[in-house]
Amino acid sequence: MNGPHPIPSAGDAILDVDGVSVWLSGREVLHDVRFRVMPGEFTGLIGSNGAGKTTLFRVILGLQTTSAGSVLVGGRPLARRNPIIGYVPQKVFLDPDMPLRARDVVALGLDGDRLGIPLDWRRRRQAVDEMLDAVDARHFADARVGNLSGGEQQRVLIAHALISRPRLLLLDEPLANLDIRAEGEVVALLARIAREQQIAVLISAHDVNPLLPVMDRLVYVAAGRTASGTTDEVIRAEVLSALYGQHVDVLRVHGRILVVAGAAGPSGVTVEERDAAADEPGIVALR
Amino acid sequence: MNQVLRTLFAPGFFASGPVHAALVVGAVVALVTGAVGVFTVIRGQSFAGHALGEVGSAGGSAAFLGGANPLWGFMGIAVVAAGLIELLGLHRARARDVATGLVLGAGLGMAALFLYLDTTSSSTTGVTVTILFGSLFAVSQSMLPSIVALSAVALVVIAACYRMLLLSSLSADLAAARGVPVRAVAIAYLVIMAVAVSLAAETIGAILATALLIGPPATALRLTKRPGGAMVVAGLVGVAAAWLGIVLAYDSYYWPPAGHGWPVSFFVVALVLVFYLLGGALAGLARARRDRRGGAMPRVAAGGCANEHGAAA
Repeated sequence: MNGPHPIPSAGDAILDVDGVSVWLSGREVLHDVRFRVMPGEFTGLIGSNGAGKTTLFRVILGLQTTSAGSVLVGGRPLARRNPIIGYVPQKVFLDPDMPLRARDVVALGLDGDRLGIPLDWRRRRQAVDEMLDAVDARHFADARVGNLSGGEQQRVLIAHALISRPRLLLLDEPLANLDIRAEGEVVALLARIAREQQIAVLISAHDVNPLLPVMDRLVYVAAGRTASGTTDEVIRAEVLSALYGQHVDVLRVHGRILVVAGAAGPSGVTVEERDAAADEPGIVALR
Repeated sequence: MNQVLRTLFAPGFFASGPVHAALVVGAVVALVTGAVGVFTVIRGQSFAGHALGEVGSAGGSAAFLGGANPLWGFMGIAVVAAGLIELLGLHRARARDVATGLVLGAGLGMAALFLYLDTTSSSTTGVTVTILFGSLFAVSQSMLPSIVALSAVALVVIAACYRMLLLSSLSADLAAARGVPVRAVAIAYLVIMAVAVSLAAETIGAILATALLIGPPATALRLTKRPGGAMVVAGLVGVAAAWLGIVLAYDSYYWPPAGHGWPVSFFVVALVLVFYLLGGALAGLARARRDRRGGAMPRVAAGGCANEHGAAA
């Protein structure tokens, strides 16, 4: 479904998902998913809850087996542990009782998978401080991570993912539960990281709008099927209608995008909010 | 000065062999349960820890029946129970609680049988009290090397898995994505928890073992925000509770009813609770002081302004 723009060639892609299908408990949750992510590119993975975004991340991380298709990360087939991927999972619950400072969480990104007790204090501390600076988190480095705000925690988790110097950063719904200001800060931070460090960012979200200013390409997921390309190529009535298998209208209001289901009858548009969390006019889900 | 010492330590305290053994065992076990228990609390496995201790009473009473030291019984059954919990519990928290409850029930049923057989075969009820509520003074000195060795093994395993445990306690998804064998780490931890709880059961009894596993770490979590620091503080709080408990229990021989010392386990467990409450009060004071300072200079003190950050969430 790539439009008139040249399709990136497979050889350069940092991530190449080719015809991936996944079955879970007798249901096909992903069907023939195909898209590429280039180095330094900012890609949005857009879809409502349950569309298959987290499953797709698990596939890329090598934690979910596929029934068809192939995935190349940095030109290589999937591995259980892939050092070129940094990952920020959805819903990390950070208990205020957890005896971890922001800097401890970041340090675990450096060597949390190793045996034994860390001994090279100085090198570790320096690397952690650098990373905290990069995400503008230095001033709360010594606070308990469970006491930080949602936006601050998200920055700490991003630093945790970045400190191992990945070339592809996966973020699963990092904007969920953030207020508008924190949302803007996190998006700007990610865009800066992608640009300055040439790290490819793949970020999932149920609302396309916060990502519109920074996104190079997007992958739209609906009912386990995907369409990918630039925003203008994908967020179009005919593309999304084909994806959903029913008529869909795309409205643009003040630079924001609304996707609404077109009813069969002449009464026009029926709109149903599927995601209670998205109380701003983002993608309105369809039935 | 001498007068003070004499009122604090009843005559013969420093010359008593059982007291020496109790001091050593109490300290070693408190250090291990402190380090292990920090992860029990942050992983939310207090119930599993409690169950492993109580289930141990079946093993302890069976060991007594067979003429072995209860420690081996505690440990044998607790490790088996840990395996069963992991096997039945799958990954979900609720299924895990159900599995823990089932294993706990079955274990206590066996304890009922073995304790009954113990009392009928030895015509004494003392063994029941010792198995369930323990006594630091009753720990056989011949068990010292085994207790120290098992403690060392537990500490070495915790140190080896330290970072993987922290990462998987933080987020299992994150740990799995980094290639940490989350399941294997969880099983290894459960086994080490079984060992730690068994050591605690040997010292303060199967029923009270969780007090030592949960109490000092919970106190430490109120006082420090560093993972390593929490393990050290928890160990020290546990040692303080054990040693002070031993002193008070020894002194209590001269308390009414005269000639019958109070159970040492009572003192240890009561002190654990007292330290927890004290820790809470201390943390509260520190927070209030920080907030006052934070009110004057909002941004500078951001690192310590727990409430400020919390409110922004």
